[in-house]
Amino acid sequence: MTYPTQFRYTKEHEWVSLEGNKVRIGITKHAQGELGDIVFVELPALEAQLEQGDTLATLESVKAVSDVYAPISGKVVEVNKGLEDSPETVNEDPHGKGWLVVIEVASPAQADSLLDAAAYEKYLSSE
Amino acid sequence: MRYIANTEVDRRAMLGAVGVSSLEELFNDIPKKVRDRYRPIGLPERSELETVRKVQKLAHFNAVWEQYTSFLGGGVYDHYIPRVVSYVTSRSEFSTAYTPYQPEMSQGTLTAMFEFQTLLCELTGMDVANSSMYDGATALAEAVLMAERIAKTDKVAVCRSLFPHYRQVLDTYCQAGGIEIVEVPYDHAGCYNADSLPTKISALVVQSPNTFGIIEEMNGLKERLGAALLIVAVNPISLGLIAPPGKAGADIVVGEGQPLGLSPSFGGPFLGLFACRKQYLRSMPGRIIGRTVDAQGEIAYTMTSQTREQHIRRGRATSNICTNSTLCALAAAVYLAGLGGHGLQELALLNLEKAHYLAERIGSLPGYSLAFSGPFFNEFVISIPGDPQSVCRQLARDKILVNNPSSLSELGVKQALSFAVTEQRTKEELDSLVNVLRDIT
Amino acid sequence: MKTIFDAKGKREGKVLPALDVPQQGLEKLIPHSLRRSRKPRIPALSEPELVRHYTRLSKLNYGVDDGLYPLGSCTMKYNPKVNEDLAQLPAFAGAHPLADEQLVQGSLALLHEASRFLCNIAGLSDITLQPAAGAHGELTGMFLFNRYFRERGESKRKRMLLPDSAHGTNPASATISGFSITQIPSGEDGMVDLVALRETLDETVAGIMLTVPNTLGIFEERILEITQMVHAAGGLCYFDGANLNAFLGRARPGDMGADAFHFNLHKTLSTPHGGGGPGSGPLAVSQCLVDFLPVPRITKDENGYHLDRNFPRSIGCMHSFYGNFGVILKAYAYILLLGDDGLHAVSDNAVLNANYLQERLKKTYRLPYDRLCKHEFVLSGEKLGRGITTFDIAKRLIDYGFYPPTVYFPLIVHEALMIEPTECEGKETLDRFIGVMEKIALEAKENPELLRAAPQHAPVQRLDQTRAARHPILTYPFDELPE
Repeated sequence: MTYPTQFRYTKEHEWVSLEGNKVRIGITKHAQGELGDIVFVELPALEAQLEQGDTLATLESVKAVSDVYAPISGKVVEVNKGLEDSPETVNEDPHGKGWLVVIEVASPAQADSLLDAAAYEKYLSSE
Repeated sequence: MRYIANTEVDRRAMLGAVGVSSLEELFNDIPKKVRDRYRPIGLPERSELETVRKVQKLAHFNAVWEQYTSFLGGGVYDHYIPRVVSYVTSRSEFSTAYTPYQPEMSQGTLTAMFEFQTLLCELTGMDVANSSMYDGATALAEAVLMAERIAKTDKVAVCRSLFPHYRQVLDTYCQAGGIEIVEVPYDHAGCYNADSLPTKISALVVQSPNTFGIIEEMNGLKERLGAALLIVAVNPISLGLIAPPGKAGADIVVGEGQPLGLSPSFGGPFLGLFACRKQYLRSMPGRIIGRTVDAQGEIAYTMTSQTREQHIRRGRATSNICTNSTLCALAAAVYLAGLGGHGLQELALLNLEKAHYLAERIGSLPGYSLAFSGPFFNEFVISIPGDPQSVCRQLARDKILVNNPSSLSELGVKQALSFAVTEQRTKEELDSLVNVLRDIT
Repeated sequence: MKTIFDAKGKREGKVLPALDVPQQGLEKLIPHSLRRSRKPRIPALSEPELVRHYTRLSKLNYGVDDGLYPLGSCTMKYNPKVNEDLAQLPAFAGAHPLADEQLVQGSLALLHEASRFLCNIAGLSDITLQPAAGAHGELTGMFLFNRYFRERGESKRKRMLLPDSAHGTNPASATISGFSITQIPSGEDGMVDLVALRETLDETVAGIMLTVPNTLGIFEERILEITQMVHAAGGLCYFDGANLNAFLGRARPGDMGADAFHFNLHKTLSTPHGGGGPGSGPLAVSQCLVDFLPVPRITKDENGYHLDRNFPRSIGCMHSFYGNFGVILKAYAYILLLGDDGLHAVSDNAVLNANYLQERLKKTYRLPYDRLCKHEFVLSGEKLGRGITTFDIAKRLIDYGFYPPTVYFPLIVHEALMIEPTECEGKETLDRFIGVMEKIALEAKENPELLRAAPQHAPVQRLDQTRAARHPILTYPFDELPE
């Protein structure tokens, strides 16, 4: 299975991993493929309060800039510092070491509306 | 028309291929009403000779500069330009190319701009430089906009001893961008007085040498600024001797590159210098050239970090700049490589020594004295006994050009004249200026 | 690739004049704390080394003088050589911008007359020559719009309308000036969708920024309706002049409803582009914006020409001095050389050349907007087969000795190839280009590797752009050990 079943997904090709009242967020394997070689990752400041739909991160390839939107509201408690020097990690291991941020969520219930792996894969094949 | 290769026969064949019967038919999509309103300028086609004559006729209404001795400055200096500079810039492979969008066909421009960026970083003590802005004033305006993006406050502190033309452009940009400017005064030495720096500023703008020619002491200044950026405007020639602003903690260095091998040309085209610390790379305006390798692993150069720029980020770009001053930056690279690091030092020293010689000689005339006590480079301000405008006019009669004193007066320096001295001024010329001044009084 | 920093030689000999005044010494003149402690690492090249280095670099470059340069929206036309000499006339090149007005009457007269020519070409009331490039002209225009609405007490007008085919500089210039962007879609005919335009027009609209003809090379046939609609809604119309070559000498933006129009002298009026500049972007305006133009303005009275700052409603200064004089001079001389008939012949031949190329190439490449074009047109590199992209086509063109067209712009055409031949190219060159384009299309089917591996006949092969962006090396690595 390409897409881990323990994650939830969005139609904007992000994955969300629930860890208590926190969620770890990244982009999917499909998304990194579409973006091509990622050369720079701009992450939010720690403690930033994000509403669902706010710009969470900006990913840059050589000739394109793409925003990643917060799939869930909350406070940024951790960012993946390693991407500063090695943005390629997002391409190489999007579901693992290439995570972007950890958010402390106000209402974890927001995650319920997200897709599970099977639904995401179905969405991908229909897109 | 002689710059067109098609013949009438070609045109007929091409019209046939396109399937229209006349050239006019190709323009039917322009509303007839618009076409009917067209009015010609009223100019005949001219031969090259006739054109040259017409332009030369205008040239005759300018002064014959060779007959004048220039002490004009204000960011534009009368340095000697070695012939090799125009030799290189007039090579049409450089001069008739466009922006290097296709790196495989543009390695000449790209390599030279990589060199230019390196040279500018060497001079300024900064980590990264772009491959040019329009001129000194717009480079400064862009630096202030960049500082605002980084520090996120819409107030900037600017030393009053900034070139007036820098300040005027900055005012225009800041007014449009809703940025408030707070002035930092200067003291009796001609240096900025930072006793009461305003708070909540995005940046402090210091120029060194400043508009009075005074070299500013900036050690410890950055530490006092907190989150605000230190922006320093420089004269590149002076950096042969003066400590690079990077050493004093500058975050952004800008300047006018005209002294590096460009003719005064009535104010343009010039060369905006722009360099900053690496941490701000992504907020920088302008085109940046980077080194990489090609498919065979050979070193090659390309435009990089383009996601900052308007052609990719559009409305969210760090600047709207596209066309810059590449050919002028090439001139600067050739000029500097012709001098070498040691040569640049020697050149700066010549400027320094000659300026001081003149300042001392004028200062020894009765009623004349240096207006400021701070150290200066190649430009200085002298308090004079008479009316500066009338002295200025009398000097002009002797074919001696000096800065118009009105800009000093607007900065609060009354009864004064400023003089810039380059390596081109001979002792004879300096002495004769002193003699003329003596005769005036 | 060797740079000046790789030079090991230490030049000897005299470069500078001897000091002819009594030496005081650096120690006395500049306090130690202000002095540089280390010499800048700039190699000292002998003149022959210097000349050879840059001559070699020049040979790695390609300019209009080398051949066809069909870069769309860039108008890479021939640059008459005589104009270079004129710009170097000592009377002009030696003029200090702060010299007394009386000493630079020739320069001022030239700027004054150039202004008149350009106003006439634009069909507008007045002009500023200060902008140093097209984007700088746009910025000046946006600052003027800003001031216009502020003075009218209409500060709520903050929306700038832009067609989706606009150059990137347009939204960037508008945003810096405090406007927000509303994108207007293009219709199926490649022109502004009037219904969409009408729907978005209200009292928050400051204006519209149009490129005429647009970046598809299509003239907005309903240009008068568009500008009338915007004006009726209280907005202003900005025209990006990048594509002026399409109607030079036969139509004027002022007659189309423009309130502000910038020239790109380094495109339409043949001043060389210098590998990225310097350019010049004079901005012509209609009567309602004249009072806000930048100062100083060049005026004339019985005593001659003046740099006049006495315009209290002006937005201020946009340039250190009066604009890129040396560039303006070349454009001025170009207008003199051509005269009215020559200007007219420019658009005749530029548009004929583009249509001829378009007609011939559409048999091989997809032409998304199939209609008469103006000075340029946009093909799509898609569907050549075997995974071949526009990028590959561009690189293969290099192997055949042509500079590639503008690629991947405008954004509304997939795999765009934007081709602008200019008036200077003759049918012979165009036929050769067509032959090569057809050959490349054939290669894409029969031997796509040739395209994917291209260029093979250039100074370097394809570059690793990803590496350049991920691990930027932006200055010479002095400390790098030789490999």
